[in-house]
Amino acid sequence: MFSDPLMMRAVLAAVMVGGTAPVVGTFLVQRRLALLGDGIGHVALTGVALGWLIGTAFGVVPSDALAVPGAVVAALGGAVAIEAVRGRGTRASSDIALALLFYGGIATGAVLIKAAGGTSANLVAYLFGSVATVSWSDVVVTAVLAGLVLVSAGLLGRVLFAVSDDEDHARASGLPVRFLSTVVAAMAALTVTTAMRVVGLLLVSALMIVPVAIAQLMARSFAQTVGIASTLGVAVSVVGLGVTYYVDLPPGATIVVFAVGTYALVAGLRPVVRRLRGGRRVQEYAGEHGEE
Amino acid sequence: MTKYALALDDIHVHRDRGPVLHHVTLSLAPGEVLALLGANGSGKSTLLQAALGIVPLAHGSVHLLGQPLGRHVPWEQVGYVPQRHAATSGVPTSASEVVATGLLAGGRWRLPHRARHRVAAALADVGLSDHARTPVATLSGGQQQRVLLARALVGNPTLCLLDEPATGLDTEAQELVVRTLIQRRDAGMAAIVVLHELGHFSPLITRAAIVRHGEVELSEGDPPTLPHHTHPGVPHHTHPTDDAVPHLSLGSVSGV
Repeated sequence: MFSDPLMMRAVLAAVMVGGTAPVVGTFLVQRRLALLGDGIGHVALTGVALGWLIGTAFGVVPSDALAVPGAVVAALGGAVAIEAVRGRGTRASSDIALALLFYGGIATGAVLIKAAGGTSANLVAYLFGSVATVSWSDVVVTAVLAGLVLVSAGLLGRVLFAVSDDEDHARASGLPVRFLSTVVAAMAALTVTTAMRVVGLLLVSALMIVPVAIAQLMARSFAQTVGIASTLGVAVSVVGLGVTYYVDLPPGATIVVFAVGTYALVAGLRPVVRRLRGGRRVQEYAGEHGEE
Repeated sequence: MTKYALALDDIHVHRDRGPVLHHVTLSLAPGEVLALLGANGSGKSTLLQAALGIVPLAHGSVHLLGQPLGRHVPWEQVGYVPQRHAATSGVPTSASEVVATGLLAGGRWRLPHRARHRVAAALADVGLSDHARTPVATLSGGQQQRVLLARALVGNPTLCLLDEPATGLDTEAQELVVRTLIQRRDAGMAAIVVLHELGHFSPLITRAAIVRHGEVELSEGDPPTLPHHTHPGVPHHTHPTDDAVPHLSLGSVSGV
């Protein structure tokens, strides 16, 4: 399947997205914001639609050439807005404000895409992904965005961890908590737009969060969680995509189904593995101490 | 101002249900350890949080290590032990990862040189050398408390604010923690320790105050006059600033 250039590009995009999304997802889970990516995805659809409208108005070819830049702008704006809302007001009122932002975002996006001359098929492609049709320029954009996210994580990982782990302590250490929280949200926004082509805006969050959920079952530290989750993200993306090369299934959804299935498998096997390990430890103990 | 490690000047703090602290004025000299006693809900924790900028002030001012609360404070010299760890579930986090965050402060966003060594030393100081790689969530309550203490001390603070550091610690662990803190105090660290009772901590304490309904009532005497004090052998503290400056002054009793 790798000899097929179409598939080659799809696999490249899936590997980059699958490896990057869980890195950001780990910070989101740590901050108990597992659904932030979902919200940003909703808002990003408005950006896609605005990009499309502007493209159509200025006669840009193809008419959706500005969809990804539009999504980047809207997702970043949405991320900053979400952090601002979270930072103020009571929990209940910010909850409602976020709901308004999310549903306003996705509904406006759906309306505007139609208005810009888009079809239902176009809309479905953004909502559920269209990895089979990625172009080389898509691959380049994905590489740049994924690189930006990974470099930020590499440079700021420690301090972002500190803020995510204990916000009060971070504040008591003089760290700019509000700014660093916004950085995490902005990284999530870039990831959403990167992953949009592969799994679609509605399933973006799954690729950020589900590998982390699996890694949590195995890891003993934050760094391990990031490593395992990122590896799993790549694995489920490639396997899911590979399956759809031979069987006609929607790639984005297949990837996510694989990820959730892996979670169920690992969660189910965990007690068994623990019992085996526990049994081995008892034997080791008996072996070490029996000979004395 | 610079001779104080911490100076609170007439601070007031309001929360949703109304004022929590009023007219709190106190100062802390280097090497001085103030025990803050008082009933639950009297405002002890809020006082620490206000001093560190975690909760906003409604009125008054705070100076940490000679600088007004804000970006000019030398944050890497300030330690804080909250009452309990904010995130013990969620993503697995090892004890050494949590302790290492104590080395980040202010504009320092990356770990300094020899961070690994310093983290190991801080964990050893609280008796947790064997648990550096253990996920915090699987540690006992007392061990988690010691992880937080190691996080506060890893940066070698000159000012440390501790919110009930004795919670969940057995006698042996309390004695270890107190010994570690006394060493730091004798090296010049100033501290406020929120406690339910002095107990094992009395050898550490040089002054004490009681928080009652959001106001600080200092004990003008030395710790031996306080309830629960069981350590008659404590020397009347002898640091040089003792006679020169008033450590604590009680605000006027108004606003109630």
